[in-house]
Amino acid sequence: MIATLQPSHSLEPATSGLVVANLESVNKNYGNVRALRHVNFGVRAGEVVALLGPNGAGKTTAVKLLLGLLLPNSGRVRVFGGDPTNPENRMRTGAMLQVGRVPETLRVREHIDLFSTYYQKPMPTAEILAAAGLEKLRDRKFGELSGGQKQRVLFALAICGDPDLLFLDEPTVGLDVEARRMLWDEIRQLVSRGKTVLLTTHYLQEADALADRVAVINQGEIIAEGTPSEIKAQTAGKRIRCITSLNISVLRRIPGVTEVKEDREAVELHAAEAEPVLRELLARDSTLSGLEVTSAGLEEAFLALTQDSSNNGNHSN
Amino acid sequence: MSTATMILSNAQIRRSPRHTATIYLKEAKYEFLKNLRLRMYTASVLSFPIMFYILFGLVLNSNQAIGGLRVPTYLIATYGTFGVMGASLFGTAAGLSSDRGLGWLQVKRASPMPPFAYFAAKVVTSMVFSAIIVLALFTLGIALGGVRMPLADFARLLGTLVAGSLPFSAMGLAVGYFTGPNSAPPTINLIYLPMSFCSGLWVPFMFLPKVVRQIALVLPPYHLSQLALGVVGAGTHESTAAHWEVLIAFTMICLGVARIGFQRDQEEMYG
Repeated sequence: MIATLQPSHSLEPATSGLVVANLESVNKNYGNVRALRHVNFGVRAGEVVALLGPNGAGKTTAVKLLLGLLLPNSGRVRVFGGDPTNPENRMRTGAMLQVGRVPETLRVREHIDLFSTYYQKPMPTAEILAAAGLEKLRDRKFGELSGGQKQRVLFALAICGDPDLLFLDEPTVGLDVEARRMLWDEIRQLVSRGKTVLLTTHYLQEADALADRVAVINQGEIIAEGTPSEIKAQTAGKRIRCITSLNISVLRRIPGVTEVKEDREAVELHAAEAEPVLRELLARDSTLSGLEVTSAGLEEAFLALTQDSSNNGNHSN
Repeated sequence: MSTATMILSNAQIRRSPRHTATIYLKEAKYEFLKNLRLRMYTASVLSFPIMFYILFGLVLNSNQAIGGLRVPTYLIATYGTFGVMGASLFGTAAGLSSDRGLGWLQVKRASPMPPFAYFAAKVVTSMVFSAIIVLALFTLGIALGGVRMPLADFARLLGTLVAGSLPFSAMGLAVGYFTGPNSAPPTINLIYLPMSFCSGLWVPFMFLPKVVRQIALVLPPYHLSQLALGVVGAGTHESTAAHWEVLIAFTMICLGVARIGFQRDQEEMYG
């Protein structure tokens, strides 16, 4: 359904960039609940990485470890080559976290004024307001804002120190389509200024629209990693449906076919790439009819991935 | 990495003293504005002691005396203590438990804010609200209750009561670390209202039953009110130094408890 979405920016993924933040063999438990299991994950300078997973997969935990708000039970967390709690690092990072209640009686510009003060070289207030689309709301009290507007204030607080590295934890959760697209535009503008971004999301569309690289996380483990198109190819690929006289066991042996299902009079094949399989099919069966080739969306890819990895693991946040 | 180094390392950001001062000032300014605009805070914390004073000190008993002291003067000391206690407990505990429980404190901790600025802002704001309450009582007492005393005594009374905000701010921090966003206000009320009664802040101390007077000896508001009454010439019991010692000891205990909560939070934050 969303397979044709392209990242908005044409830059190549910064595969050669310096790793600015990473988790090395990190385990994190909350009591008996294993939130992260042996996670290795890195973000390179200048890239936008999406940590994609369902609720409770461990996304927020990963972000909080990288922000130095949590300590791992084992493994190592590095940001800019140092400890994430290093205060100099906090000068260079910005964070948008999920917050239950922000002080509601302060005005938008007052919140921004206070956070800007913490940094050595804050962005000018006018730029922050513009970047977050808050110019008209600057004198509004936080409690008077809509959900989307509140998210934009949190976004403004994350960027007000003009950080090199930005963590966005579920930036558009609970927003309507319009508000979500607005925030995406704001994130893209930041990216075009060379910022490194790690965002978590459970919206596949969001990862596809914003990220250079996607890491799929489920039940505390990274189960797939790659560009959005690689993730799609790796898992779902193409679905080929046709009516053929070839029997199932023959179909299964065609190179590239990962799955075969009978569907009434037709069969449905799954393959990473359709073309080689089609050549083979047509060569072997001249009576083949009713051919349909569709590509599975990222949504399906994601479901396939997370269902594959679902065993009896624990859920946590 | 240990908690101690986490805390220390945050103090090591190289900022000019001027920049650091600006952060502390702004943190306190916005904490003050935040509470000032919070109707729940101002309505209960500011207006209760003032309304009680008007009713019991100016309207009803203004011509009577307690222990040789005119009621309007006596009640400035006791309702002053009551006001300071409420402003400080609610000012620290309610905000802290909500900020902790609902994620706002994590946003601040992820920023380069000096952690101490956050607590300092709460304590300073409580002192400012305490001063506002005491000055309002002075104004009412002078204008409507015929309260007269040397300017130096007014200053000493103000100073005593505002300094008396500290033990209750410390207590508020301790409560804020061990309550959730919903349980903090009822917990404070559960501490604050019985303590006020037993310490003689509503009914003058000598009219309280003997058992209650015994209990009062271990309650910080009793000691603060006795210090305040001492300034206006109605202190009854222990020496001034003894009252201060109890308040200082109480402050240290509360800060110790708050510190345990702080470290616990640093070590394991939830989800």
